[in-house]
Amino acid sequence: MSQSFRFFPKFVLEPRLEVSGQWMILSPIIAIILTLFSGIIIFSLLGKDPFLALYTFFVQPLTTMFGITELLVKGTPLVLIGVGLAIGFKANVWNIGAEGQFTMGAVFGGGTALLCQHMESILVLPLVLVLGTLGGILWGAIPAFLKTRFNANEILTSLMLSYVAVLWLSYLVHGPWRDPAGFNFPESQLFSDYAMLPILIENSRLNLGALFAILVVLAAWILMARTIIGFQLRVVGLAPRAAHYAGFKQSGLIWLSFLISGGLAGLAGIAEVSGTIGQLLPSVSPGYGFTAIIVAFLGRLHPVGVLFAGLIMALSYIGGENAQIEIGLPAAVTGLFQGILLFFLLACDVLVRYRFSHRSVLTGGRCE
Amino acid sequence: MDLLPVALTIITASTPLLLAATGELVTEKAGVLNLGVEGMMLVGAIAAFAAAVSTGSGLIAILVGAFSGVAVAAIFAVLTLTCLANQVATGLALTIFGVGLSALVGSNFVGISLEPLPQLNIGVLSTIPILGDLLFGHDVLVYLSFIMILLVGYFLSKTRSGLILRAVGESHDSAHALGYSVLTVRYLAVLFGGFMSGLAGSYLSLVYTPLWAENMTAGRGWIALALVVFGTWRAGRIAFGAYLFGAITILQLHVQGWGINIASQFMTMLPYLATVVVLVFISSDKMKIRINAPQSIGKVFYPPR
Repeated sequence: MSQSFRFFPKFVLEPRLEVSGQWMILSPIIAIILTLFSGIIIFSLLGKDPFLALYTFFVQPLTTMFGITELLVKGTPLVLIGVGLAIGFKANVWNIGAEGQFTMGAVFGGGTALLCQHMESILVLPLVLVLGTLGGILWGAIPAFLKTRFNANEILTSLMLSYVAVLWLSYLVHGPWRDPAGFNFPESQLFSDYAMLPILIENSRLNLGALFAILVVLAAWILMARTIIGFQLRVVGLAPRAAHYAGFKQSGLIWLSFLISGGLAGLAGIAEVSGTIGQLLPSVSPGYGFTAIIVAFLGRLHPVGVLFAGLIMALSYIGGENAQIEIGLPAAVTGLFQGILLFFLLACDVLVRYRFSHRSVLTGGRCE
Repeated sequence: MDLLPVALTIITASTPLLLAATGELVTEKAGVLNLGVEGMMLVGAIAAFAAAVSTGSGLIAILVGAFSGVAVAAIFAVLTLTCLANQVATGLALTIFGVGLSALVGSNFVGISLEPLPQLNIGVLSTIPILGDLLFGHDVLVYLSFIMILLVGYFLSKTRSGLILRAVGESHDSAHALGYSVLTVRYLAVLFGGFMSGLAGSYLSLVYTPLWAENMTAGRGWIALALVVFGTWRAGRIAFGAYLFGAITILQLHVQGWGINIASQFMTMLPYLATVVVLVFISSDKMKIRINAPQSIGKVFYPPR
């Protein structure tokens, strides 16, 4: 009986002795190219000129200064959340509820901004940001507590809490926090200038949040590459048993992952409302919390990679909006692209840990 | 207050959960964790709805819905089983993909409404007072959900094939050593999961609403996943869980009718909060989970050399 698993008739897939660094980089690039090819097919199926569509989707937004600032505006939350998720995913802690932590960041921070509506002090903004981050941390702490104390699956609890958070925000803006002078629209008052993140480039929406994203990338890079905590997180993900024998506290690392990723999602949430939107709306996120999952994988779970991946996914958002306006493509194309990209990425990632070969070269020992 | 209509609505709310959880039970028993239930349901929902609008046939619509679920499950199967990709990540990808694909296809179907599937009255049985209405006056998918959970329960615990499937899920290395094809069993189990999720989605868009809305599953796929844990991978307990959650979903519709004044958002939160509570309740007994969970779940199978 053949001892290797058949992939194609002639070739077999066999484990590499070491993870391939080359394929770590190549895999996302190939996945993006394959996604663009699928784009040609999808656009043709939708009855659009595929090359015009690709141009309006991926190139045209970048031809104006405003387009580029918008890319950074949309990239900011994706990078902030993505960096946090990547840290958790590295340690095999699956926080899928970033959407909820983002929303709670907006609720806590936005609520603070509304409370401080009449305070004219430069301290309002820091307070708003801190409370927003705390909101995310709090919402991330719940699944961490339920996981470490009650062994409850963090994927399901964090996701369920996302629904709860979104409904909670919806209740607030439909009810107690609705702007009394807002013609009954479900919107809060506009935040005062003291609660708003300063704009970096005039006539754009680019704000200080983008700078936070870059700082967070650097901090996370140092944390993961240069500290003992980063080392422990990586070991837990790669070899849970080794981590156990080494005496690393698993529950501590689960807590840490959730507090970091929840806090960063919360920061992203408050940066979004106090930097870009300026008030609370029933929905403050076009699915950033879920897209950030793709960002984390596309960025190879590395903070710097996440920075690039965040910009690429941000382009898919503004490209989608642009294509909707310019050539009438349905907005949902963006979501489809994002899903296809992740599929291709996961498929290409096989080659990071396995390789094709004609016959088995390895002789002994099992590789997992 | 008349309880019969309440009981009937509970059955309608429970059916999609039961269908999807039945499929996921088989998938997980074979050792595969498919987190893409939500995505498969959405694809099934829009496919069935589109088929119903264009053909007018309920049967064709159901089949199209179910097999669309199979088609997207096949992507998951190829990635996780052949390409050895991480099951958690691939399941999430399947959900993101399903949300996007269904929204794109569905953009042409927003605002169209359908005649719901007809009730199949089973002869004299449906004329029995109360019991007749409760058990014998439903559409075909409700009966199918009853039948499938019974069949799956029987298959898993009483048949040889079911034993092989469980063996694959408990220890893929041992099953492989005994000469069983781990991959074949897992492929079939994943595709069956897709079939049932497709049916669950069809039920939502053909019967429950019956219309198409973006993201209309509203987390039911995730609740179905939680139900499998809640039912500790046993058919009977999963069915109980599905009806419990159906009841909680329906509660929100009736509470306001009973004159209790609570913002609708809080009532809508109930099933999600209940899922968290139930997971905590079941999982806190680590031993119970360890005994019942398939031991190879979520692990990549690479044949030993």
